[in-house]
Amino acid sequence: MAGEIGHFALILALFFALTGAVMPHVGAYRKDTRLMALGDRAVYAQFLMAATAFGTLTYAFVTSDFSVINVATNSHTLKPMLYKISGVWGNHEGSLLFWVLNLTLFGALVSWRGSKLPLQFRGRVLAVQSLLVLGFLMFILFTSNPFERLDPAPIEGNGLNPLLQDPGLAFHPPMLYLGYVGLSVAFSFAVAALIEGEVTPLWARWVRPWALLAWVFLTGGIALGSWWAYYELGWGGWWFWDPVENASFMPWLAAAALLHSAIVVEKRDALKSWTILLAIVAFSLSLLGTFLVRSGVITSVHAFATDPARGIFILAFLALVVGGSLTLYAWRAPKMAPSGLFGFVSRESALVVNNIFLSTFAAVVLVGTLYPLFVEAFGAGQITVGPPFFEYAAAVLMSPLIVALGLGPLLAWKRGNIGRAAQIVIPALVVAAVAGVVLVWQTSGGFVMTAFGLGLAAWLIASVLLEIASRIRLFAAPGKAMTGLKKITRAQWGMSMAHAGLAVILLGITISEAFTSEKLVVMAPGDTADVAGYSFTFEGVAPVAGPNFTAVRGFFTVREGDAILTSLTPEDRVYANPPMNTTEAAIYPLFSGDLYAVVGEAAGAGRWSVRLYFKPMISAIWLGALMMMIGGILSLSDTRLRIGLPTGKKQAQKPSAKAAPKTGPKTVQGARA
Amino acid sequence: MRQVLGTIMLLFGLSVAALGVAVDEKPLPDPAQEAQARALMKEIRCLVCQNQSIEDSNADLARDLRAIVRERIALGDSPENVRSYLVDRYGDWVLLKPPIKTSTYFLWASPFLAVLVIVFLLLGRKKAVAAPAPLSEDEEAQIKALLERQE
Repeated sequence: MAGEIGHFALILALFFALTGAVMPHVGAYRKDTRLMALGDRAVYAQFLMAATAFGTLTYAFVTSDFSVINVATNSHTLKPMLYKISGVWGNHEGSLLFWVLNLTLFGALVSWRGSKLPLQFRGRVLAVQSLLVLGFLMFILFTSNPFERLDPAPIEGNGLNPLLQDPGLAFHPPMLYLGYVGLSVAFSFAVAALIEGEVTPLWARWVRPWALLAWVFLTGGIALGSWWAYYELGWGGWWFWDPVENASFMPWLAAAALLHSAIVVEKRDALKSWTILLAIVAFSLSLLGTFLVRSGVITSVHAFATDPARGIFILAFLALVVGGSLTLYAWRAPKMAPSGLFGFVSRESALVVNNIFLSTFAAVVLVGTLYPLFVEAFGAGQITVGPPFFEYAAAVLMSPLIVALGLGPLLAWKRGNIGRAAQIVIPALVVAAVAGVVLVWQTSGGFVMTAFGLGLAAWLIASVLLEIASRIRLFAAPGKAMTGLKKITRAQWGMSMAHAGLAVILLGITISEAFTSEKLVVMAPGDTADVAGYSFTFEGVAPVAGPNFTAVRGFFTVREGDAILTSLTPEDRVYANPPMNTTEAAIYPLFSGDLYAVVGEAAGAGRWSVRLYFKPMISAIWLGALMMMIGGILSLSDTRLRIGLPTGKKQAQKPSAKAAPKTGPKTVQGARA
Repeated sequence: MRQVLGTIMLLFGLSVAALGVAVDEKPLPDPAQEAQARALMKEIRCLVCQNQSIEDSNADLARDLRAIVRERIALGDSPENVRSYLVDRYGDWVLLKPPIKTSTYFLWASPFLAVLVIVFLLLGRKKAVAAPAPLSEDEEAQIKALLERQE
């Protein structure tokens, strides 16, 4: 019964989506405010229906209702409750339903927070959002119904892929999806602006918080995913340039570019058509990401749902959304001439440089991910585009980005003074050079790339600190520094935090890549192996039984000198449903780095193969990601950037407002300057 | 050959959950050679796995390939030679770093091409903006006064 309620709710949602996608446009055409306002009702109704459907599916999973095919194939009575629930979105049908739930949630949020948006514009935004909902609902109802029944119902389910039965992976997809779908709002705003034929600084101000929110979720999702890979996949790697990882990284890069270019639109009324293009591209990359994962067109570790028939539907949907929006863009964007100017040396120019490199990187990741497909399609053989290519691209493109990133915040808006900025960053350059040189010297000439990476990280972190120092005039007027510190807005703290986060990530990557110590050995109980000055003593193994797996647990005692530091207990698990083998690495984080142990196969005579690592500063990668998220949230929480609008400014959006400058965009900017 | 490989992949590859620990019992006695071999293994794709190097995988094929790499390096082959030995047998597919050749020129050049395209997209249409009229002397004086007052 519950399943049918869910199914019925989805069909109702489809009709609400249809209404919402059409009526606001009709209303705009007929100048009928009641029809325009129908968009709001429609998105609330869609959300209610999607939530009902999602709730009933969750209920089916929680109660292990195996008469629903989806539950029978993806769940099991013995699975812990957390994974019964995370199993709802751990499969193809459920994850699509989750997409729809998020799409409708964001639609409802736009309607709720956007009560100050001009009615016609809001109607158009919600209509575009509804159209996306419509597409996904059709996909679900026609090809991937999560409520399909199974008769007779089996007594037991198949269980969830054990690799996915992990707290990291329970929350990784929802975060990522919130990020993907959050970009749909930017997309809807962009398409609505194209239809209206107008982009104003205020438009950028509406869009930016949504892009920022999506970016924060994407950052969190990607960081969780890489953390999961680090401790679950068992060889200490955390990023593999796997197609599915790339699929989440591309929208992240585009979203990062978008939230920077929106600043230029807001401040200077320039880069308008570019920002629109970025909003379209960012969401298109999210859709592509879903396509890559769901169609299994590129086989990878993550492709747990493969079905080419569905792939064709997504491909058609993708072609429609991307092709349609780009056609609209080509038609309308040339009309959007920028009105503001900025000098060659200015904060705006630095943001342009930021956009060039972020979007180029996104484009190159796209090319690298799809290249093997094209080469094969043209009959030029099979090739693999692996990590070495992406690392090359990252080095070529991210280095200039980080240099510009250190400099940009020091330049003034509109017309900066390179001399003044240079004066401030000279200490940062010195720090960077010293860091690099010291490293080369310490390692007697090796590790040139490491020295370079370390230099970049030092440059970035030093320039972030110097920027704060110059903002509060720490050196010019130290007495007043505290007052200056209090004057720094949350948005500015957010920026510094996020930029410092990038520096910390870079530091973690550089150090851990270069100085990881590892030992691959076969050990008998009582054996000791030394890794980077820590001695690992193998105490033996013991069998363990979990709720739905059995495991071999290895015991290690780690000593530093004579003092016992910790004990590590990695596991090698065998799951019963479905039968599969997973490794659970044991990790002990120290301030200087992670101790990491994995136990492998029995090597006979009581001996076991093990991998032992010391990974210096690797936690910095996730710490930096956390700093980026905190930076984003700080910026979001700034009252002047809060989602929604300050009261009494909505007339600024109208072109007629230009005649009355007191209420026009200038006032808005003036208030923020 | 390619078809055969594809079939093998379908038969075994996708069903092998090659996650785990790859430990070999016999590293090369010469640490320099072992390091060279290990570096090379990171660039060789495990043919039956999904996006793993032979260094990461404990699939049987990866183990065999590791043995081949070590054997060749121990015999004094350069990493270049070992690489081409493997490419002769398995095709370019075995290399995680695609070789530079006609079909991959575009790939390797893509960072530079993409920069050009994006710079054009970003800045190509700037001519539409007319420079604002220069300030009159009065206005200049006003600005000066304002700036001085602020300081």
